[in-house]
Amino acid sequence: MTAHHTTHDSRKQLVIIGNGMVGHHCVEQLIERGATEHYCIHVFGEERHHAYDRVHLSEYFSGKDADALALGEPDLHRTHGVELHLGTRISAIDRDAREVVTPEGRLGYDSLIIATGSYPFVPPVPGPDSETHPQARLVYRTLDDLDAIRSHAEHARRGVVIGGGLLGLEAANALKSLGLEAHVVEFAPRLMPVQLDEQGGIALREHIEGLGVGVHTGQATEEIAALTAADDCAYRMHFKGGETLDTDLVVFSAGIRPQDRLARDCGLEIGERGGIVIDDSCRTSDPEIFAIGECALWQGRIFGLVAPGYTMARTVAGCLTGGEERFSGADMSTKLKLLGVDVGSIGDAHGSTEGAKSYRWIDEAGSGYRRLVVSGDGKKVLGAVLVGDNSYYDTLLQYAQNGIDLPENPASLILPQNEGGAPALGADALPDSATICSCHNVTKGAVCQAVDEGCADIAALKIETKASTGCGGCAALLKQVFENELESRGMAVDRSLCEHFAYTRQELYALVRVEGIESFDELLEKHGQGLGCDICKPTIGSILATCWNQPIMDPQNVALQDTNDTFMANMQKNGTYSVMPRVAGGEITPEKLVVLGEVASKYELYTKITGGQRIDLFGAELHQLPDIWEELINAGFETGHAYGKSIRTVKSCVGNTWCRYGVQDSVGMALELEHRYKGLRTPHKIKMGVSGCTRECAEAQGKDIGVIATEAGWNLYVCGNGGMRPRHAELFATDIDSDTLIRYIDRFLMFYVRTADKLQRTSVWRENLEGGLDYLKEVIIDDSLGLGEELESQMKHVIDTYECEWANALGDPEKLKRFRTFVNDKCGDPDIVNVTERGQPRPARADERPESLAVEIPS
Amino acid sequence: MTAANAIRTDDIHELCSTADLVAWSGVVALHQGRQIALFYLPRGRDRRGDAEIFALDNHDPFSGANVIGRGIIGDKGGEPVVASPIYKQHFRLRDGVCLEDDKVRLATFEVRLEGDRVVLFDNA
Ligand code: SRM
Ligand SMILES: Cc1cc2nc3c(=O)[nH]c(=O)nc-3n(C[C@H](O)[C@H](O)[C@H](O)COP(=O)(O)OP(=O)(O)OC[C@H]3O[C@@H](n4cnc5c(N)ncnc54)[C@H](O)[C@@H]3O)c2cc1C
Ligand code: SF4
Ligand code: FES
Repeated sequence: MTAHHTTHDSRKQLVIIGNGMVGHHCVEQLIERGATEHYCIHVFGEERHHAYDRVHLSEYFSGKDADALALGEPDLHRTHGVELHLGTRISAIDRDAREVVTPEGRLGYDSLIIATGSYPFVPPVPGPDSETHPQARLVYRTLDDLDAIRSHAEHARRGVVIGGGLLGLEAANALKSLGLEAHVVEFAPRLMPVQLDEQGGIALREHIEGLGVGVHTGQATEEIAALTAADDCAYRMHFKGGETLDTDLVVFSAGIRPQDRLARDCGLEIGERGGIVIDDSCRTSDPEIFAIGECALWQGRIFGLVAPGYTMARTVAGCLTGGEERFSGADMSTKLKLLGVDVGSIGDAHGSTEGAKSYRWIDEAGSGYRRLVVSGDGKKVLGAVLVGDNSYYDTLLQYAQNGIDLPENPASLILPQNEGGAPALGADALPDSATICSCHNVTKGAVCQAVDEGCADIAALKIETKASTGCGGCAALLKQVFENELESRGMAVDRSLCEHFAYTRQELYALVRVEGIESFDELLEKHGQGLGCDICKPTIGSILATCWNQPIMDPQNVALQDTNDTFMANMQKNGTYSVMPRVAGGEITPEKLVVLGEVASKYELYTKITGGQRIDLFGAELHQLPDIWEELINAGFETGHAYGKSIRTVKSCVGNTWCRYGVQDSVGMALELEHRYKGLRTPHKIKMGVSGCTRECAEAQGKDIGVIATEAGWNLYVCGNGGMRPRHAELFATDIDSDTLIRYIDRFLMFYVRTADKLQRTSVWRENLEGGLDYLKEVIIDDSLGLGEELESQMKHVIDTYECEWANALGDPEKLKRFRTFVNDKCGDPDIVNVTERGQPRPARADERPESLAVEIPS
Repeated sequence: MTAANAIRTDDIHELCSTADLVAWSGVVALHQGRQIALFYLPRGRDRRGDAEIFALDNHDPFSGANVIGRGIIGDKGGEPVVASPIYKQHFRLRDGVCLEDDKVRLATFEVRLEGDRVVLFDNA
């Protein structure tokens, strides 16, 4: 790095200190507004990771890794020539020289943005030395903090969190998910004192105690004393008043402090209780220096949420590129799920506005609580508190933010619907200026405009407007507004499968099951119209196959399949097919390998190892398929379903039979799974993987179903995907035995089959599943819908009726009649011409074909 | 097209028998070097009437492969079509016109069902 401006670059130098959520958003905004034309941008981040989603930090413990939490495009900086210095702390700002001090030297700046965020406050409680006892003073802010918690938790039984606010409760949840007995100690008389009122605190406490987390409110910690090896726990916490609590580790979550040291040291104006003072354009007392995010103090306020930080980031990006944005404060309403409990706080939750009146709804039995704060004249919503059910949140927030007039009976807004509650505020009642996504400042008007400009689904809308790509809290509202907009444009939200069936795939699945419909004709007769088409036929073929498992070549099914399923082989670009027998788990005997080789040379097929641990033979003509399969089946092979929307492969690693690290028989499990589910037809293909230990050589976390061996059993991951949009699978259950594993997978697969849309991989299905992973766990693990047995028995039917489709077809001369290139001639297609490359055949390109064949026959 | 009674008998060729056809689907016959895709609708395009048969060139102009006879048949707004199995364009069964690009048209052939025979009227 050079110490001063690079001479050959005439652009100004812009330095950003801090690569957290807000710093990163600022970079994105600068790039979007073309700032790289005028500025050479340097970003410094003390953390070694790319910017990541701190808001969803806790998901690090439920299966997401640093990559999955990373923000934005991985190549963003490189693509746009932004210099990113990770793991690099700025130690000082020299305002006179206009330079920042880095570990490698000094770097000049024309403009500087401080986005250093905040740090966790650890009160000076007397206790053991933190060098030798780090587990007595853990914090919860960065990925590294979470790694430290995870490693200390391995040897711990009990963990205590000091601080019962929003983050403290998240930390307690994390401890619980790591298998510790968790406790929360709060100095105030109630939990979440900032966001909740007294009743709300009581309701939340009941929920949380119900989950087995100890809650100790009104307790001030005076000392943490180390215990001896003879004791059960490592530390004893002494509270003012004499009570004690023993624990193995302590996480402090007693509030955050703005990280303003650099600014302080170089003499910028700092607030009385910390924070870098900024004006409406986010400038500090030095006009060339900006501060944004949690380190900034605006009108005496620090904003500890990401949305206001993003607004500041946009403001600065605007300032530097000639925009006009101003920061004018932000709404601090929040909605979250803490330990599975809905908690919401909107606007003036405490009713501190003069003359404010409140309505309260309390359900002591169910620990539900809702409070609505309205203005003195009873016309507007000022704030609200929700515990136990956030379905009221979106509507209340819109009333509060947009000053919508209250209905005649304001209490109806917080009453359950069946007790005279008002229906949720329809999306059409919102003004165009209503903010739908506060993270990205997207208004209803902007959503409407995007729809006008052609956004036809939520995915497109998210790309176009960025709505719902921050904290995700606005997803439900966005969907509502979107569908409302479509409807109001007369583009009725049409979920029909196609012009022949006015039903969704899910509805058709239910009709087939419930009415016992066994053929396409019958379904078309009863519920459809026309002849059908290339959309509904394969979809319904798949549904019929899942439900009744009839052979795919049976006469009533044959016209439904696309060519791959019809001929049980994959069509290639020249009209020939590939042949892919099952090689379950990737395990194959030498004898069978020889047979594959012999068959391939006999029929002159191109041979390749696939990405799915098996062998594909390419270039067979239609009429050759039965002969090829006859030989393969005689050698003990069966169909590999490479052509179907069905179970593909279960990738395995060698596991504990050979590998020195393996802890379970991963190959054995892969074989069991593949043989159990082979033949199951699904809305889209399904891939699985089983690894013998955490090194994960089978890449199970990139599969629809991933299984990783543990000392105690298996960890199950679900809904991963490679392909076009890779998605990391999520941890679904830990340390389960083989029977439980299989039961969960049975249920999971049948639930997916029942509820997914056509051609929807599990990853996309999961992302559209309301209630997300928690809901899925409830349905599969807790059997909340009481479907468990039914799903298992439906799966059992498929397993019991499995039959190799190729063996079935070979046994029936009628079916074999279809495998003719020409019905009136035994020859093959004369237009198929191969050339040899690397010792194997491949289709000739146009310029390699003999002249005579390239000429079209005139008609 | 000429009237049926003006066709000489040596212009009528038997392609195959009706038993070779597959209901609501396609097969391919070879006739003097031409590949003819035959689509069989046993109850006609409204699924209520008499059997119908359509014949199109088997060559898919989009992929260059001879595969049209292996596409799925169905209808678009009541118009019977076949979808190419490679890149999924739709062609009208009655005149071969491509719905996605009406400049592209597959050759059609005059084919009829006579008893259990499928015959081609070669009026080229
Ligand atoms: C043969 C193979 C490539 C190879 O030479 O290795 C292959 C070939 C095809 N893949 Fe694949 N995929 C093959 C492994 C994969 C993998 C790797 C894996 O399974 O570990 C992936 C990424 C993992 C995943 O699916 O999550 C993969 C992701 C895709 C996708 C993208 C799916 C997605 O969700 O984004 C498609 C397109 C689709 O399904 O819509 C696709 C589609 C196809 C099709 C069916 C495309 C087509 O319509 O012609 C190819 C025809 C297969 C054939 O002719 O036999 N193939 N494909 C692999 C067969 C594996 C097997 O033994 O069954
Ligand atoms: C567990 C958890 C849950 C949360 N949940 C929510 C939520 O649900 N909703 C919500 O709105 N907000 C939530 N937040 C708060 C949200 O994460 C913050 O508001 C947001 O991250 C602030 O962004 P920032 O860029 O200002 O600070 P940060 O994200 O903290 O980034 C600051 C970065 O600057 C770096 N840095 C500091 N000093 C230097 C230096 N001298 N040199 C180089 N780099 C430096 C730091 O290492 C850090 O990476 C949560 C926070 C946590 C920890
Ligand atoms: S995942 Fe584990 S058991 Fe399997 S091969 Fe890798 S190291 Fe060995
Ligand atoms: S409100 Fe956070 S993503 Fe929309």
